[in-house]
Amino acid sequence: MTNTLSDHTTTPAADLALVPGQIIDDAIIGERGPWSGIVAAGDVLTIVDLHGNQAVDTLFYGGHDHTVRYSAQATIAAAGNIFLTTGTVIRDQESNPLMTIVGDEVGNHDTLGGACSQESNTLRYGHHTKHQHACVENFLIGGARHGLGKRDLVGNVNFFMNVPVDADGSLGIVDGLSAPGKRLALRADVDTLVLISNCPQINNPCNGFDPTAVRVIVTRPAG
Amino acid sequence: MSATATSTTTANTAGAREHARSQAGTITDAMPVVPAADWPHPPADVDPTQLTWAETIPGGRYSSKVLARGTRLRLRDVTGDACAHLLLWRADAPWERLNVADTVKVPWQAYVTIGHPLLSDQGRVLATVVADDSSHHDALCGTSTLAQNTARYGAGAAHSDSPAGRELFTLAAAKNGLGVADVAPSLSFFHGVVVEEDGTLTSKGSAGLDKAVDLILHLPCIVAIVNTAHPLDPAPVFTTGPLEVLAWRAGDDLDDLLAGVDDRDPEYRRAVANSEDVHGAIAF
Repeated sequence: MTNTLSDHTTTPAADLALVPGQIIDDAIIGERGPWSGIVAAGDVLTIVDLHGNQAVDTLFYGGHDHTVRYSAQATIAAAGNIFLTTGTVIRDQESNPLMTIVGDEVGNHDTLGGACSQESNTLRYGHHTKHQHACVENFLIGGARHGLGKRDLVGNVNFFMNVPVDADGSLGIVDGLSAPGKRLALRADVDTLVLISNCPQINNPCNGFDPTAVRVIVTRPAG
Repeated sequence: MSATATSTTTANTAGAREHARSQAGTITDAMPVVPAADWPHPPADVDPTQLTWAETIPGGRYSSKVLARGTRLRLRDVTGDACAHLLLWRADAPWERLNVADTVKVPWQAYVTIGHPLLSDQGRVLATVVADDSSHHDALCGTSTLAQNTARYGAGAAHSDSPAGRELFTLAAAKNGLGVADVAPSLSFFHGVVVEEDGTLTSKGSAGLDKAVDLILHLPCIVAIVNTAHPLDPAPVFTTGPLEVLAWRAGDDLDDLLAGVDDRDPEYRRAVANSEDVHGAIAF
């Protein structure tokens, strides 16, 4: 890989965070891996697509009440648009705000397609893919650490993933709009548990057929 | 109340009992008919003795029922003002449920109409849309919330005049032993939403009165139906109209669907294969 790519991995977090502030957390999520953390109200989570074209499947829960969970449907119904970008409010199943996108260097992000699973992969690509890595496995592993189970999993956000809907309703995951170092920032409106599966999908363009690492940085803005 | 009611004292047990019993037999335009075979207007090509569910759900109400594999379920928008929000859980394994993301992603199609599979989170088809003269449906926006309906109509509680979909789904789930965590993203019938090129969602409303959509169940399901205004309904007042629900045993229709599967897309074929696989494993 190029020097530019490694720079995003080693750049000081303070220089990479889209919203400056005290560094609360800074982690590399390896290719195919899970991550979770509670982002306190007012703090900002910056996600860095280190190598470009990597789908970051993300779920949100109430930081103190895990029955509060992300709703893709409430989020897009309230926004009046299927694409998530700066200004989009991430909403729970009762349409209450959890986080707000405050920075976006890509332009749009998906929340229609949900996560890959071993089971849906058998439909999309064939039964030979049953035992490949899949996001739902990451969500179950990561969620279990917070007492979350299968019933709590719902359709998620896919940051850096491009899913257009054509005039005839055709919908699909196509080549991404992201690039190495592209970032997105979410400000927590309330304390929010963020659950990430750094998507392991290798059969479609969401990862350029090659899953890569991403970086998450949590900052606490001054004042 | 009727003359019977006014002539009966309810000050003692016998009178109260007579008063209560005198109310039976009332026919309204929003009620279940039991047995379903007594439904007064069965479809012309359906043997009434095969009906298993016959009910009209008024606007702002809900219903649920456990239906067998091979059931054909018909939803009809009587006045053009219904909006049927649907959730499915597998009856014999309710941890498996409708997954709307897979339902649009796997078939590469956001708009639900004839031929569309309703997929579970376990890679199986729970139901297939087999008839549809509305084509105004939505898999993207889900149902309404208490806060939304309170803001739009002044109230959203289940017993208000403008109940929110999640309030009613929560009741339907509870009556089947399920909790709020089981109230997953849902589908809507009879209120179309279109995605414009820039991603904007545009409400297309109803296709008009007397439109119907038919589903065939591949696996036994708990079916929950909520009839309430779509979240993008532009009407400033709550005007949801009645929804007619009919279901009947239609094993031959399922057999016909399975017999034609070779002509379908590969994703659908594999979803059907997965459903037949689980059915074969549990049927003996």
